[in-house]
Amino acid sequence: MKLPDIPKRIVYLDHAATTPTDARVVEAMLPYFTENFGNPSGLYATAREGADALSGARERIAKILNCGPSEIIFTGGGTESDNLALFGVARKYGANPKWGKHIITSQIEHHAVLLPTEVLKKEGFEITEVGVNSDGEVSVDAVIAAIKKETVLISIMYANNEVGTIEPIAEIGRALAKWKKENGRGPTEPPFFHTDACQAAGALSLDIAQLHVDLMTLNGSKIYGPKGVGLLYCRRGVGLLPHIVGGGQENRMRSGTENVPAIVGLACALELVSEHRDAENARLAELRDYLWREIQARVPKVVLNGHPSNRLPNNLNFTVLDIEGEAALLYLDEYGIAISTGSACTSTSLDPSHVILAMGKPYEYAHGSLRFTLGHSTTREDIDHVLTVLPPVVALLRSISPINLSLDQKQDDIAMRGAFVTDGTPHWMQKSSK
Amino acid sequence: MDDTNATPISTSDMQSSDVVNPHTKQKWAYSAIVKEHFFHPKNLLLEEPVEGQFDARGTVGSPACGDVMDIWIKVDKNSDRVTELKWKTFGCGSAIAATSMFSEMVTENGGAKIEDALKIKPQDIMERLGGLPNRKIHCSVLADKAFRKAVNNYFHATGQHSRVEVEGARVVDARMNITDKDIEEAVLEGAQTLEDVQKKLKVGVGDPESIPEIEQLIRFYSEKYYG
Repeated sequence: MKLPDIPKRIVYLDHAATTPTDARVVEAMLPYFTENFGNPSGLYATAREGADALSGARERIAKILNCGPSEIIFTGGGTESDNLALFGVARKYGANPKWGKHIITSQIEHHAVLLPTEVLKKEGFEITEVGVNSDGEVSVDAVIAAIKKETVLISIMYANNEVGTIEPIAEIGRALAKWKKENGRGPTEPPFFHTDACQAAGALSLDIAQLHVDLMTLNGSKIYGPKGVGLLYCRRGVGLLPHIVGGGQENRMRSGTENVPAIVGLACALELVSEHRDAENARLAELRDYLWREIQARVPKVVLNGHPSNRLPNNLNFTVLDIEGEAALLYLDEYGIAISTGSACTSTSLDPSHVILAMGKPYEYAHGSLRFTLGHSTTREDIDHVLTVLPPVVALLRSISPINLSLDQKQDDIAMRGAFVTDGTPHWMQKSSK
Repeated sequence: MDDTNATPISTSDMQSSDVVNPHTKQKWAYSAIVKEHFFHPKNLLLEEPVEGQFDARGTVGSPACGDVMDIWIKVDKNSDRVTELKWKTFGCGSAIAATSMFSEMVTENGGAKIEDALKIKPQDIMERLGGLPNRKIHCSVLADKAFRKAVNNYFHATGQHSRVEVEGARVVDARMNITDKDIEEAVLEGAQTLEDVQKKLKVGVGDPESIPEIEQLIRFYSEKYYG
């Protein structure tokens, strides 16, 4: 076995994990570290500079979201915003016997949504996780059918971070509005609709009026903004119980001195991606389609994960049968290519991707799944480097693999249940067999 | 999927680490030795074996579980030494590196005697590799299990039935039909407390009387693999 002799080239294709911060964003942030560093709550000059920057950023973002500035709560990132939406609405309305303790979400949500629901379950909430079809799409009808009179919150992501499938957010929002009307619920009464838009923000419209959402999570680190900053849009009249309390900043919904440089950076980053969205989407989709077309031509036995067309323009996720994703990832890294995988081996829990399993794909599809996510810096030369490296790496790993699956093999044929390391069955297969 | 946090390597010998965080000075997996064995694995079986080329074969895992290990051995009947160990895997980087290292440890210096080869523990492989993240110990156990299977198959094939080592599973939670092997697996996957194990197995929930024994097993396997 010999590694192919191909020169290394640094190719970053993991933009769904995080993006580099745009130089213009960094520049906009810089004055707020050392010059205009004042605490926006203060009354003297440098504090007023901070307060002005803060309200300026809020207004600029409100313009992009087509909402009121007071409807924006700045937070420490996407996970915090998701947590605030889930815990905030659930604990505010769940405690009131007039409403109830039921939440609807999907099986393919990010852990920042799924794990709060686990916590809320222990607090007596009932959680309904609606499934997805084989392309990863949530059905509007399934969401609406799951609503009960106790439902206080529906949380469905705008676009999936792993497979890139875009969810019908506006349709769910409209259908919920219709349900509320028919059931005598006002717009400021539950159930409310939250969407995690972190992955979608770079590529899709964030116009609240079109999306019909009550709450929306955004963050900086996926849109060439700084890490550690995010926001929760929260429609006027929708109540939240804050979980970070103290000085009462952000209208008491998120205490703590505002991270002014990061918030300024977030506003700048959102403006930049909104401005260049259409042209960049077209450029990325073309590169992505070229990559997938050529991979199919050069690598046997590959399967697309996610929707063939209704997906983020920068996302390609596919499974290479018979090889394990982490091994492939590390070999690609040796040639300078950075990607990610849904293999159990890269997750801290050693669980395979819950998204790929939710789409009804066999376990081995998750273990051999590779995600390439393109971004601003991606060029045709980068894609060509991948196309040079990937086929020999796959061939090499297949040469040392003892298995040879066929594309139309069924789950039960492959899963030799009694053959695991300890002659038992791993826990995630037991869950599914219940 | 979107966070691939490296875990600090676990052994004290970190001289060979190739990734060092310049700010925290923390050293990260994988070590240079791991890399060598990962990119240039030793003793791979790349051609289909011919009849009689090996004395026994052992396979564990399944593609659904994310790892399969296939091991072939050749034994010198007079000296009881393992002279050849070849393998193939559908496994992650750690499984490839650990099995490559294991194949060297078994066959170096003219080959280990079977009884000595069976004494090689996952920690011994880790030590020779210069460390792997704790949650990756699971991957090196694969080689060990496949090797034990191959050795048992060899004993059967050569009529040495009394030498076969049976690893029976014992039910600890009768309601959920969960065995000590399931607990072992959960610990290998990184569970350290009863709560962790229950998250994976739902063990002892309907059978609280089994909990003291489950806790004992968690301590036993934690000691065995991480102690």
